[in-house]
Amino acid sequence: MMLRIKRVPTVVSNYQKDEGEDAARRGGGCGRNCLQKCCIPGAKLPLYTFKRAEEIPGDKCVLEHDDNQAPVAFLDSLLLGQWEDRMQRGLFRYDVTACETKVIPGRCGFMAQLNEGRHLKKRPTEFRVDKVLQPFDGNKFNFTKVGQEEVLFQFDASEDGEVQFFPDAPVDADSSPSVVAINVSPIEYGHVLLIPRILECLPQRIDRESFLLALYMAIEAGNPYFRLGYNSLGAFATINHLHFQAYYLAVPFPIEKAPTRKVTTLGDGVKISELFDYPVRGLVFEGGNTLQDLSNAVSDACIFLQDNNIPHNVLIADCGKRIFLLPQCYAEKQALGEVSSELLDTQVNPAVWEISGHMVLKRKKDYEEASEENAWRLLAEVSLSEERFEEVKALIFEACSYTLSEKEDEHLTQGAGDDKPPLEGTGSINKGRNCNMVSGTQECLVLQ
Amino acid sequence: MEPPQLGLIEQSFNSRYSNWAREALDELPDNFTITDPCISGHPIVFASRGFLKMSGYSRDQVVGRNGRMFQGPNTCRRSVMEIREAIREERGVEISLLNYRKDGTPFWMLFRMTPVFGKDEGRVIHFVAVQVPILRRRQRRRNGEGLCGEILSNSCRREVCSSSSVELAGVSAADSDCRVTALEIEEKCEASDTEKQLAATAIRNVLSVLTHYSESTGRLVCEKRVDPHLPDIPIVYASDAFLRMTGYARNEVLGQNCRFLTGVDTDPSALHQIKQSIQAQQACSVRILHYRKDKSSFWNLLHISPVRNATGKIAYFVGVQIEEGSVDRHGLSPEMRQLSVVGSIKVAVRISSP
Repeated sequence: MMLRIKRVPTVVSNYQKDEGEDAARRGGGCGRNCLQKCCIPGAKLPLYTFKRAEEIPGDKCVLEHDDNQAPVAFLDSLLLGQWEDRMQRGLFRYDVTACETKVIPGRCGFMAQLNEGRHLKKRPTEFRVDKVLQPFDGNKFNFTKVGQEEVLFQFDASEDGEVQFFPDAPVDADSSPSVVAINVSPIEYGHVLLIPRILECLPQRIDRESFLLALYMAIEAGNPYFRLGYNSLGAFATINHLHFQAYYLAVPFPIEKAPTRKVTTLGDGVKISELFDYPVRGLVFEGGNTLQDLSNAVSDACIFLQDNNIPHNVLIADCGKRIFLLPQCYAEKQALGEVSSELLDTQVNPAVWEISGHMVLKRKKDYEEASEENAWRLLAEVSLSEERFEEVKALIFEACSYTLSEKEDEHLTQGAGDDKPPLEGTGSINKGRNCNMVSGTQECLVLQ
Repeated sequence: MEPPQLGLIEQSFNSRYSNWAREALDELPDNFTITDPCISGHPIVFASRGFLKMSGYSRDQVVGRNGRMFQGPNTCRRSVMEIREAIREERGVEISLLNYRKDGTPFWMLFRMTPVFGKDEGRVIHFVAVQVPILRRRQRRRNGEGLCGEILSNSCRREVCSSSSVELAGVSAADSDCRVTALEIEEKCEASDTEKQLAATAIRNVLSVLTHYSESTGRLVCEKRVDPHLPDIPIVYASDAFLRMTGYARNEVLGQNCRFLTGVDTDPSALHQIKQSIQAQQACSVRILHYRKDKSSFWNLLHISPVRNATGKIAYFVGVQIEEGSVDRHGLSPEMRQLSVVGSIKVAVRISSP
């Protein structure tokens, strides 16, 4: 049985049309200055190249640079300046700063925004929510169809190990550029889309290289209020073309403030914790001896989830220092009719931002009545049950061949809200399915 | 025209707008008139060169007279009524209207009128009307010569009943030609989008000149009725770089309006552009001559933008100053850097922890 839900997809580009319409327009040059073969030759866009780092630089969330003018802040300025430029050029469907917003009183600090213009009053489209991996379909909207004016800059690793900015670089199709584009229906100021290797038309699925690119973006921006998010298919992504989202919001997200309980530290230094006292169950990844270690730990988990058809969302926060991984099941529940109509009426689709605590509401009534209680209740529906989460967590660890560290004790004093007794005994998880049992308290890994 | 009336008319214009206003208005290519509803008879106090050419009259024949002098037998009475109502309600109107030239030939034009308010008084002081000729279109279906004739004589009768003898003379002259041209008159003529746009542009041009040149007389005018008690947009934050650039101390700057930066050679039109943008709640970039505390001047590439807070309403205006000639860093142009400052401020003001 194919599971489907109906929703009106968000318009992220001024060139996004109904799929039927789009198919009819196929064939012939477009004259729209897009990113397809018709318009790419000769195209020029600004290019920002970052320096690959071997090490995560300890306390600093910036990379070392020779120039003492702090070029790390440069990406931040570039993003903000380019975004404001597009605002003044009228490329957005509405001024998001004209949308009322508030922090809901309570201990979590959920944020609500009243945005009546984001959601179109169109007929809803059907989305398959039972398959996290679906093949790319060139007939549907994808980001090569956006206008070049919606692209802010190309974003890639520098060839020679230096941070560089080229205001007017040719778009070289052969080098498979990645780009940052605006979201014309922004949730917040600075809402952009990071599209890794855009011309390769990758479907919405995580791979190690793309995730690392997203992580670099968070680091390069160097702004703790600039986060990146990812929604898998089935977890409310609507465009099956690999992309991450990002925007600025100058307050902490509730998920960032939630207490965590350490699960384990891997041999490569990556610390994995789980959220507690938060409506949605999820894992938090931090640390790592190198950036790649942290990145791969998360990507591998995502790859496992997508291969096993478990929808999930990812939040990259704290300038890339903390990454949240949240498996979810709301879409499936919706398709099976298991969600209360009260929640359905709010038409909130809990993607990464909502799960992180930022709700965009369409109806004034919902905005005015927004409370910590009903935000919590909605998100609780999104979460995997405790039982299921434990199961999934175990499977992730098993499949990712995470090697546990032998020096567990040293890490026990780090981390928020961590006052449990130390692990009794350590062990390593082998590759494959023959794993050792690791005993201990709730924070330990329990395997079949 | 009796001398006292003429004096009033001159004063109507001159007391509001500086001498340069007439010159500036004369430079505009548009057809327009400015009328004063406060003088008995609601006379024209200014007519543009374009208008005079279009209508075939000389300035003396037009200034001091009411606009109905250009109406004629086939001018739609309902349209005239709409204009009259708009005047009474002190609001704008846009309508296509049949007018007559001095030689009696009728022509269709898009008539767009807007009130001008005195800033201090908060009431209407002038009306600006622009006239965009509508190009001839295909004939609309007519009911026949008989009906035209009826309309003709009805409107003539109405004109005869009106008070002014001057108007009667005007109508009579037109009347003799009416029958000849009646067959060619359409009952209704719509303006195209282009013509509407021309009208809108023309209105903007005229209002721009009027608001600008009303400043030096101290008796400001503006497009909208404003609350004369609105505060003067004081500075609430000044960056260190701003203080360094201008040479002022923070306490000398906070609470003041930015105009303390202007001086003798600052171009009023730059100031005017700033004011207009602020009123229109839009961003703008100007190159303006500013003065430091030590009286030395510098060219300021100033970008001003409205900034909204959590309520979604405009709470501040941010002005980002870049001294012309300062060095670019890292390839970001001054304009891009200014925009990024605006962006940072927007992010910061947007929401805050309770």
